[in-house]
Amino acid sequence: MSAPRDAANGMAVWLICCLVLTLLLTAGSLVIGTSSIETSWHWLVVPDEQSAVVLWRIRLPRTVGAWCVGALLGLCGATAQGLFRNPLAEPYLLGTASGAAFGVALSLVAVDSTIGELAWAGRLGLTGAACLGAVAATTLTIALSRGVLQTTSLLLAGIVVASVLGAATSLILLTKPEIFRAMQTFLLGSTAFLGWSSVALLATVLGICLVPALVWSRGLDALTLGEDTARSLGLSLPTLRLALLGMMSLGTATTVGQVGVVMFVGLMAPHVVRETLSVNHRQLLIAAPLCGGALLQAADLICRWIIRPAELPVGAVTACVGGTYLVLLLWRRNRDA
Amino acid sequence: MRAAHVAAMLMVLSVVAAPAAHAAAFVLRDDAQRQVSFARNPQRIITLLPSLTETVCALDACDRLVATDRYSNFPAQAEALPKAGGLDEVAVELIVSLRPDLVLLSRSQRITERLSDLGIQSFVLNSETYADIARSIETVGRILGNPARADVLERSIAAAVVEIGAEAVARRHGPRPAVYFEVDRAPYAAGPASFIGELLARLGTRNIVTADLGAFPKLNPEYVVRHPPDVIFVAAGEAEQLAQRPGWGELRAVKERRFCSFPSPVTDTIVRPGPRVAQGMQALAGCLARVAP
Repeated sequence: MSAPRDAANGMAVWLICCLVLTLLLTAGSLVIGTSSIETSWHWLVVPDEQSAVVLWRIRLPRTVGAWCVGALLGLCGATAQGLFRNPLAEPYLLGTASGAAFGVALSLVAVDSTIGELAWAGRLGLTGAACLGAVAATTLTIALSRGVLQTTSLLLAGIVVASVLGAATSLILLTKPEIFRAMQTFLLGSTAFLGWSSVALLATVLGICLVPALVWSRGLDALTLGEDTARSLGLSLPTLRLALLGMMSLGTATTVGQVGVVMFVGLMAPHVVRETLSVNHRQLLIAAPLCGGALLQAADLICRWIIRPAELPVGAVTACVGGTYLVLLLWRRNRDA
Repeated sequence: MRAAHVAAMLMVLSVVAAPAAHAAAFVLRDDAQRQVSFARNPQRIITLLPSLTETVCALDACDRLVATDRYSNFPAQAEALPKAGGLDEVAVELIVSLRPDLVLLSRSQRITERLSDLGIQSFVLNSETYADIARSIETVGRILGNPARADVLERSIAAAVVEIGAEAVARRHGPRPAVYFEVDRAPYAAGPASFIGELLARLGTRNIVTADLGAFPKLNPEYVVRHPPDVIFVAAGEAEQLAQRPGWGELRAVKERRFCSFPSPVTDTIVRPGPRVAQGMQALAGCLARVAP
């Protein structure tokens, strides 16, 4: 009896730590920006018109939005790793990122294009184009693998779609170099323009995505024993895959629409949880979003602090931190083995 | 009668072409710090940068061009030429097949070594700052064998730039307007160290971006809210979106719609450090006079 209780206690302590860290990061992000920390502190104590805009309409929604994006990526990453039974699976596996990038490239070309057929893409805006591209790529992946019956063919189809769309995006970039900078910003991710409307959208989608994830979390547990065993336990694998793939594409499409492609958070968050806690999927699907949220908040804070008042793309920071973490993980495993 | 005419024309032509064809060999140092020797003034030239194409044409040598890069769209004569690639990818085969005696390109292009392997003469010229314009014109003038024309062009550009700047400053009565030039929605800004920043400074404006941030820094958007500009230079499609950015709706320049946006052909004159710099500067000055408070 004591082992499960210990695990539950461990989980509770872990969750509290994560929440405290999130609160600290949120508070930190209020005082870190283009102004000095003393100035920010002064603004908090003696607010004026400009400081109100900077603190409550730029810094706070930005950090809360970054948390939501990180949480969604953590959730989608944990789901992808469970669904594909592969610790290297990540949210962009189904071609979401390349689809979104392709949509954004088309939209950027369309903005100053006189081609009538492309005008609709310009009207969609970058966010809409990214979302649409991501959803279209996921649909294409599922169609190519002829439904959701086989995990391997889904993975392969995802890789094919990502490569082909990546090449198409490169072609567009070659013919229109003036969109290069904008594309690079998108591909490296940017939390710079997250406002309260983005936060509302991201939080709603996070809420929606949590429902199927938690409902099918036992199914993911069963799946760890193998597809045949899961089936013999009465699990309908196609339904599970369809629901979770739908959730993943909604979640990742929303995040790429809002901030672009942020690498490594979705891959790293579930690993951090599993390295520090022994969890089943229900616990993982709660802990990974909290961890992902805190990770991206921290990355956002670093990217706006390190070379202020200029800033780094947030994806570059997550890639550095994530890459280092994975190397560390590998090294530790090798040493333990 | 006809044969006599042709013979006379040929004679005239040979006299005109003589100084170029028989000019003494000369050596010039390029921006890759190479000593490049010319046996004679090149007659089949390929340019791989729009500002270099424009410079060659402004020196009345457009007919010596046999190809350009894909983005060289001015003047019309150059636009019609074969396109030998973009900024980084270059159609080597096409270049070789055109048998150029000179390829003019910028330092960032990695093709230089490949060209020299293939026995094609190349000359690297940097066009990034305002000072580069005069230097490029002078060097290209010497390469083309027409330094006098280069001198005239250089002087006329410098005079026009000074005049436009002086006019803009004289027209203004209040303090210098603060400007923010958005290169891209990330947002990347054009700082005082950039070519565009130099033009804006000559128009008597104050850039909200400080020089220490570099030529094109990626700004934290709150920087613009904290250093509110009087005028925003922004891409035409983007101007309508500025009010949607968190906190930017409160900016006076956004509220009063003090935006400057330019159609693509005008933007070319503003962003290319080439012989049309005065036109670009005039466009900037015109918009500033219209919208600055």
